[in-house]
Amino acid sequence: MPTIPAADGDVVFCARGITRTYVMGEVHIQALRGVDLDLYAGELAVMLGASGSGKSTLLNILGGLDRPTTGSVRYRGQELSGAPDRALTRFRREHVGFVFQFYNLISSLTARENVAVVTEIARDPMTPEAALALVGLEARMDHFPSQLSGGEQQRVAIARAVAKRPAVLLCDEPTGALDSRTGTRVLEVLQEINTRFGTTTAVITHNAVIGDMADRVIRVADGRVQETWRNTRRRAPSELVW
Amino acid sequence: MHPLHRKLLRDLNHMKGQVAAIAVVIAAGVLVLVLGGTTLDALTLSRDRFYETYHFAQVFADLKRAPERVARGLAEVPGVDRVQTRVRAGVRLEVPGFDEPVRGLALSIPDGAQPRLNRLALRQGGLPAPGRHDQVVISEPFAQAHDLRPGDGFTVILNGRQERLLVSGVALSPEFVYQVGPGDLLPDYRRFGVLWMNRSGLARAMDLDGAFNNVVLGLRPGTDPRTVIGAVDHHLAPYGGIGAISREDQLSHRFLEDELGQLRVNATVLPVIFLGVAAFLLNVLVARVIRTQRQQVALLKAFGYDPRQLAVHYGLFTLVIVALGVVLGVLLGMWAAEALAGVYAQYYRFPQMGFRLQPGVVLLGVAVALGAGLLGTAQAVAGVMRMAPAEAMQPPAPERFRAGWVDRSGIGRLLSQPSRIILRNLGRHRLKAGLSMVGIALSGSLLMVGSYQFGAVDQLLDLQYRKVLTMDLQVGFTEPTSERVLASLRAAPGVRFAEGFRSVPVRLIHGHREERSVLLGMETHPQLRGVLDADQAPVALPPGGVLLTGYLAQSLHLSPGDTLQVEVLEGHRRTRSLELAGIIHEPIGTGAYMERRALNRLMGEGPALSGAWLLVDEARMQTLFDTLWRAPRIAEISRMDVLEGRFRDYIQGTLLVMMGILLTMAGSITFAVAYNNARIAFAERSRELATLRVLGFSRGEVGWILIGEMGLITLLAIPLAWLLGTGLVIWLNQALAADLFRLPLAFTPRIYAFSAAGVLLATALSMLLIGRRLYHLDMLSALKTTE
Repeated sequence: MPTIPAADGDVVFCARGITRTYVMGEVHIQALRGVDLDLYAGELAVMLGASGSGKSTLLNILGGLDRPTTGSVRYRGQELSGAPDRALTRFRREHVGFVFQFYNLISSLTARENVAVVTEIARDPMTPEAALALVGLEARMDHFPSQLSGGEQQRVAIARAVAKRPAVLLCDEPTGALDSRTGTRVLEVLQEINTRFGTTTAVITHNAVIGDMADRVIRVADGRVQETWRNTRRRAPSELVW
Repeated sequence: MHPLHRKLLRDLNHMKGQVAAIAVVIAAGVLVLVLGGTTLDALTLSRDRFYETYHFAQVFADLKRAPERVARGLAEVPGVDRVQTRVRAGVRLEVPGFDEPVRGLALSIPDGAQPRLNRLALRQGGLPAPGRHDQVVISEPFAQAHDLRPGDGFTVILNGRQERLLVSGVALSPEFVYQVGPGDLLPDYRRFGVLWMNRSGLARAMDLDGAFNNVVLGLRPGTDPRTVIGAVDHHLAPYGGIGAISREDQLSHRFLEDELGQLRVNATVLPVIFLGVAAFLLNVLVARVIRTQRQQVALLKAFGYDPRQLAVHYGLFTLVIVALGVVLGVLLGMWAAEALAGVYAQYYRFPQMGFRLQPGVVLLGVAVALGAGLLGTAQAVAGVMRMAPAEAMQPPAPERFRAGWVDRSGIGRLLSQPSRIILRNLGRHRLKAGLSMVGIALSGSLLMVGSYQFGAVDQLLDLQYRKVLTMDLQVGFTEPTSERVLASLRAAPGVRFAEGFRSVPVRLIHGHREERSVLLGMETHPQLRGVLDADQAPVALPPGGVLLTGYLAQSLHLSPGDTLQVEVLEGHRRTRSLELAGIIHEPIGTGAYMERRALNRLMGEGPALSGAWLLVDEARMQTLFDTLWRAPRIAEISRMDVLEGRFRDYIQGTLLVMMGILLTMAGSITFAVAYNNARIAFAERSRELATLRVLGFSRGEVGWILIGEMGLITLLAIPLAWLLGTGLVIWLNQALAADLFRLPLAFTPRIYAFSAAGVLLATALSMLLIGRRLYHLDMLSALKTTE
């Protein structure tokens, strides 16, 4: 398994001093309390953290789904934190692929059509067929979500995310709803995408074992980055046991 | 407070938009029910009280002259309870400050006393003093129209002699609830009034001392008026009796019955439609609202609430909405009923209008609304209850879809994914989409019914006054007059053209069916009076035989070629068999028509006229009026433009007020349905929509999925609305047909366009409101929540 030395590669995301406070009625919840973070081109980073640690908030801000209360987030030098809604929509459309815990497929569309949802609005996409072949689902392209297993649905979601050849792939608990065998298969697909296309990939999870497949692990707790470390060797998902 | 109750209040508050919309639908149904029911009840109740308290007669007879002793014979007819003989005379009045001709009907009352039948409800002043021949009681609407009070005076021409009369009192009579002049369809209180005078004075003036020319009878309970009428006719035949009539044929009563009949249609048919639509929508809406709370239900069940408690909880939810709707509907309904009854009170005069809220009507409204609501609630709650709590709380399995015919056809490949989502959603939820469509179509059909009536009234008036009654003036002679009179009429100032007519009151008989009508004799090709076929083309009058208005022919079950009996109710009462030569179409009144000379032959008379139609130079109208009014033989002069104005006022006051209210209700229902559909569609799709936003779709692109789906349903609903609306219009049109008028069944593009525009507008407005929610769509929650 090749390891990409990403120590001082191009910085894709650069977050500085970001905080995020939610106002829920009269209660203020500080989800992020000043995060500094860089993500480098081509790396596979795993953000580890318990539920409520702020890791999802961080991912949402990087993906242009949310804005920080204070601080700055730059994507390849372009400021995202104060960008208007329209610009964030374009950013997501052109640069980011998302994978969610609950797949979020459109149940009325087949696997192929779920991918086509994205390729129809992307600039230089691969064909839906190619994207599904990438995740090993070429035989089940005309199946509806209800006819697919959870693992298959998640692979469709990954195909949907990569079909537009995004620069960044953001995955929020991609194995959270899957058993370990199916989860492993999904992680293998993610790793393969990362290796083959050099797509900067961030995976958030509460499962520490998954950290072993990353170039770099970022541990988040109480709204702060507690520590980061670099794995000397990325382990293959098949070697992971949980 | 029990937490479930608190939840109930919060849910209601949270969903206030939808709750309000559903309540409006119920309120609309209840309002129409209460409006129709209360108005109908008020009129019926007022009539019954008036008739009973003031001893309204049951049999009425006119004759030439009979000695008073004949009355004793009448009193002995089996079944007769009371007899009141009277003197009756047509008079002309001159009222100070009003320079147009005024007609009057003078009736006798026993000197200084109330009559035994048709007693007077005195509103001001009192009866004439015994022995006073110059005192008179006048009808209240006439008094109001001319601002006459007890003590005021006016001039009357009675049997050719001019007399000065003093008003002693103002009264209403059950005989003149609907006070119209002879031959008129609508009241004109300024130009026609009823006078009551002491018998001795009126008899002397009419040379009827010790005699009578009119008699009314009261019957014992359970007596069949027909047998009495036969006996009365037998008694009066030697005295020039022209045939007694029962209450059913009495002018005022008949108009009132017709109106009540129309109102009964409005009070039953329309509320049935409205309440039915409301119940259907309520059922669908409540069920869908509860289904969106699926997880909450499951959670409560998991906590150990038993199904009954939850059913009660959601039942209360429905109950509150229904209660809101019913209270709103009843309040608005009572308010509207009072307004409408006020309009009716201008045309139908009762001493008092009895107004009461009928618990039965309200209960019916509550029962229907609650029944429909609870049924929807029960279905929805039961559906959720069948699931194990764990299953219901799980992320739901993706809904099952399959490719439809659209996908297999060539069109499928051309569709973008969002369009495909729209089509698949509709295909997957055919029942739900179908129900939404039916809901919108029903409300659209209500809009069509409302707009139809407005358009039809204009058409009716245009037809009647531009194509049927094309004369400017109609003059009536005091008695049949030689046609030579036309020459002098043509010479009168301002007359451009004159055409004579003969009119004869008749009874038309076919088998056991009979109708009273007026047989109008006119030229073969009348110039000033249209006789039209179904295509509104003029018809020539046949040399023999009779033409009937379609509505009259229908009620006599006659077809062209059939033979009918025509009994003349004037002079020598001849009965002749005539052939129905054809059917003509006119929207107002029920008439029978013949060629004039043929009618003269039927009457056994020379070329006589009853009156004439005139075309008049507008600038010289007043001079003409003055000239005509001085002519001794002229009994009445009617201006067609005045008649048209009165008719328009009447229809606008009664029918269109009701329709205006209905149209407003239909509009509210349409909006409520569209808004609720949109809200629920949004709730059901929000997760998918948020996901697409995350994937980089703009708000507009995501909105399209919602708008496209609602828009498609709306577009599909429009033809259905047209179809349903057309059916309703035909039904309503037949139900509303009456002697007074029939609305033409005119399906103009305008009413279809109105219905479609109303539905589209409601949908667009709802979309606009939903757009606000779409703008604030929470993308993040879509990623975490499972439903």
